[in-house]
Amino acid sequence: MRVFVCMSYVPDTTTKIRFKEANTQLDDASIQWVINPWDELALTRAVELKYDAASPVDEVEIVMVGGVRCEPILRKGLAIGADKATRIDVEPLDAFQTATQLATYLQGKDCGFIVCGIESGDYNEAAVGGMLAELLDYASVSSVSSVQFDGDAPVYQRDVANGKEQVKVDGPAVLIVQKGFARVPKIPNMRGIMTARSKPLDVIPAIEVEPLVEFVEYAAPPAKGRVKMLNTPEELVRSLSDEAKLL
Amino acid sequence: MNFQLTEEQIMIQQAARNYAQRELIQDVIERDEKAIYPTEHIRNLAELGFLGMLVDPKYDGGGMDTVSYVLAMEEFSKVDSSIGVIISVNNSLVCYGLEKYGTEAQKEKYLKPLARGEITGAFLLSEPGAGSDATSQQTKATDMGDHYLVNGVKNWITNGNTASVYLLMAQTDPGKGHHGINALIVDRHAEGITLGPHENKMGMRSSDTHSVQFTDVKVPKANRIGEDGFGFKFAMKTLEGGRIGIASQALGIASGAYELARKYAMERKTFGKPIIRHQAIAFKLADMATEIEAARFLCLKAAWLKDQGQPYGIASAMAKQYAADMAMRVTTEAVQIHGGYGYVKEYHVERLMRDAKLTQIYEGTSEIQKIVVSRAIESGDI
Amino acid sequence: MSILVYIRNVGGQLKKQSLELSAYAKAMADALNLDVTGLVIGTMADGELKKLGNYGMSRVLKVDDEQYNQRVNRVYTRIVEQAVNKTDAKYILFPDNAQGKAIAPRLSVRLRAGFIPQVLDLPSSFEPFTVKKRAFTGKAIATVTAHTERVILTPMLNSFGLPENAQDLEIQSFEPHIEEPDSRLELVGKQLSEEGVQLADADIVVSGGRGMRSSENFAMLEELAATLGAATACSRPVADDGWRPADEHVGQTGKIIAPNIYFAIGISGAIQHVAGVSGAKCIVGINSDPEAPIFEVADYGLVGDAFQIVPELNEVFRKHMHEKK
Repeated sequence: MRVFVCMSYVPDTTTKIRFKEANTQLDDASIQWVINPWDELALTRAVELKYDAASPVDEVEIVMVGGVRCEPILRKGLAIGADKATRIDVEPLDAFQTATQLATYLQGKDCGFIVCGIESGDYNEAAVGGMLAELLDYASVSSVSSVQFDGDAPVYQRDVANGKEQVKVDGPAVLIVQKGFARVPKIPNMRGIMTARSKPLDVIPAIEVEPLVEFVEYAAPPAKGRVKMLNTPEELVRSLSDEAKLL
Repeated sequence: MNFQLTEEQIMIQQAARNYAQRELIQDVIERDEKAIYPTEHIRNLAELGFLGMLVDPKYDGGGMDTVSYVLAMEEFSKVDSSIGVIISVNNSLVCYGLEKYGTEAQKEKYLKPLARGEITGAFLLSEPGAGSDATSQQTKATDMGDHYLVNGVKNWITNGNTASVYLLMAQTDPGKGHHGINALIVDRHAEGITLGPHENKMGMRSSDTHSVQFTDVKVPKANRIGEDGFGFKFAMKTLEGGRIGIASQALGIASGAYELARKYAMERKTFGKPIIRHQAIAFKLADMATEIEAARFLCLKAAWLKDQGQPYGIASAMAKQYAADMAMRVTTEAVQIHGGYGYVKEYHVERLMRDAKLTQIYEGTSEIQKIVVSRAIESGDI
Repeated sequence: MSILVYIRNVGGQLKKQSLELSAYAKAMADALNLDVTGLVIGTMADGELKKLGNYGMSRVLKVDDEQYNQRVNRVYTRIVEQAVNKTDAKYILFPDNAQGKAIAPRLSVRLRAGFIPQVLDLPSSFEPFTVKKRAFTGKAIATVTAHTERVILTPMLNSFGLPENAQDLEIQSFEPHIEEPDSRLELVGKQLSEEGVQLADADIVVSGGRGMRSSENFAMLEELAATLGAATACSRPVADDGWRPADEHVGQTGKIIAPNIYFAIGISGAIQHVAGVSGAKCIVGINSDPEAPIFEVADYGLVGDAFQIVPELNEVFRKHMHEKK
């Protein structure tokens, strides 16, 4: 069973975010790009399933929409254990344009399921997975926290408002996964790092798609007021109740 | 001239950093305090391939270059230099020595499991009466025809208990001086080997250090490395590479302490401002950052020379001496910047300071490194 | 024309965020001279739905059919699409949570409508539609425009407030036409979570970090949470170590929440953690280290030993809650 993992690349979580061109563009000069953390967990679990003899997953392919600068990130994905990477050669502009590129590539490709991290750490859209499912007319299962197998049929566990559900899907599904899908991201081993370059990394041309929304300007979030230091629990309760009026 | 790391080098650096910052940090204080050997971590690091990262893949190693090794050693040692020394001894003394000078049969039998990290090795040179002066080996390996009979005591042996394979230096023909020394591969569990007690050390407390006593231990001739009498040269050549490992370890200890001191100096306020805005502290940090960068370049230069197949003995001596002495200065200042907090275990810097001291002593003291460098000056090699 | 609000149905109950969404939609509707229509899928009593009338909603379409009690994203998307067509909705609002985000992007594709999640404020312009949203995990605010005929928004909790605005609420039944409603998704198991407040919806959250030292010590945070009717949460290292379940992890790579009060106890306040709670109305930091970065972002701070403060705090809150009753 082949599994696709859709990855995006985002600034390292500790990176300072700055803008340029009158605050209309991200200043990417000093940014270190990393695999979007949720996508890394998605990939980790997909690779674990590949090496789990009890699971039918035997092939993991990464798909990413992005320019040439994201190739090191794709190779990191290959080092972690994916078998193949595909880069769709265009900068992502919004979720719709990104999802359409992915859908065009994935349309008709045989697979068990497609995994997307819940959201990307840049524009925080949490949208690509759902859009992709609609474009492919696949089921989407969101808030997925694990995948088990009943024979060869995947059983997805999803978090719902009042608990957990296990669902089966007839045909391929797009999974939107969250924390818990894998505990921590897999650290690539030497063999993985060494063989990353020998694995296929295909670059395919993008299609023409107009984005639906446009990011026109950025600003820093408003500065937070100073903390009020209190001395006793009584003072805290009084402040929350009488001053902040939250109790 | 190109200071850009390759993608693979960056991946290895990140892999080591992730493991250190995510896993090693969890129990490093407890392991230091109770002198617990990091069995679980070593198993995980073996799976990641760090125990034999320098070994050729045909002997089940990682096939990485020495520059990657420096980067990884720095990252591990920022958090836990005991892990650093275990990896260093296994990679740059035991695996390197076997790969470079061992026979195919020896490599098949010993190097492969060592490179996979299934077992670890130890390097037995120091003796109660032969530390810096390694020529005066008292341990005897008497030639009995088809085997050697080993008698004597070795000191300060890293991985002494946990290792499965010993690379042992012993004197076969005292008449020939250091040309009579042989290097032998010895099974740690061979009959006649007894361990001294676990050394209760000031630092690097999570690595296991023992003295090892040999009483009529039989070692087959097939386990000798190189020609008869090659042992001393073997030890000296192997230690040249080992110095890069220890230099990188010292570098990591220093940069780990510096990162903690920097973070603390940004957060800690006195007289109404973060202490990094007090020049007394700011200049300390500036000196620390500069000295660390200098040591890093010395380490990477030595590693690069080794990767290029050029002589690196002098470069590695310079790197080790400078990095070790620098680590002692930087960790001491890191404790000072932390004030009282620096003197308690919870803040990590006191451990790094204790660990730093050993880098000035083992695998050739700072003074020995200066002998190497000054002899090269006199001979016109530099 | 109208503004359509998707109302989350949690076992027949409304959530506060639906009232907020209604109030947000009403503010937009007043500027555009539109009305606010809600859509609820699955069973919910009229008495519960009436609450929405207090916050500016004038009509609710209810799809009161048991076969839709089980959420199937693909099916729900088509139900909302039909409601959009029926009400000629130009703007469609969803809650900014997992459920809203499971449906809204699919709808965006079907309608070719611009989708703007994590909205922080009312639109600054309607021609073109322009609004501010959260970006880079709260490290920036982006201004976004959509030139599409319809726009889908998910306003963040606490981004607007809850002004009352009583309307006569008309409740209408709505029958969507769905072929084979759940042929693709089969429910094979379900476990209801234990009684307790759900983190994503909680008004008050009591969260612990590494400073709690061990998983056993979280018992005192659970006690405090019980007193306050709060949910419990934790920082990443605590979840990674298995002291608490992974779904309690709040932060950049965990849950993003926006409670009224967030108690950060024994949490140093790394930026990755703070990114998960930057929408909270009030952050209370409790830490033994007066220099902990949590105090850079907290509204109130207490310095001291959590093991001493938390039980004391529990007592004081217990008294306070008792007096309030």
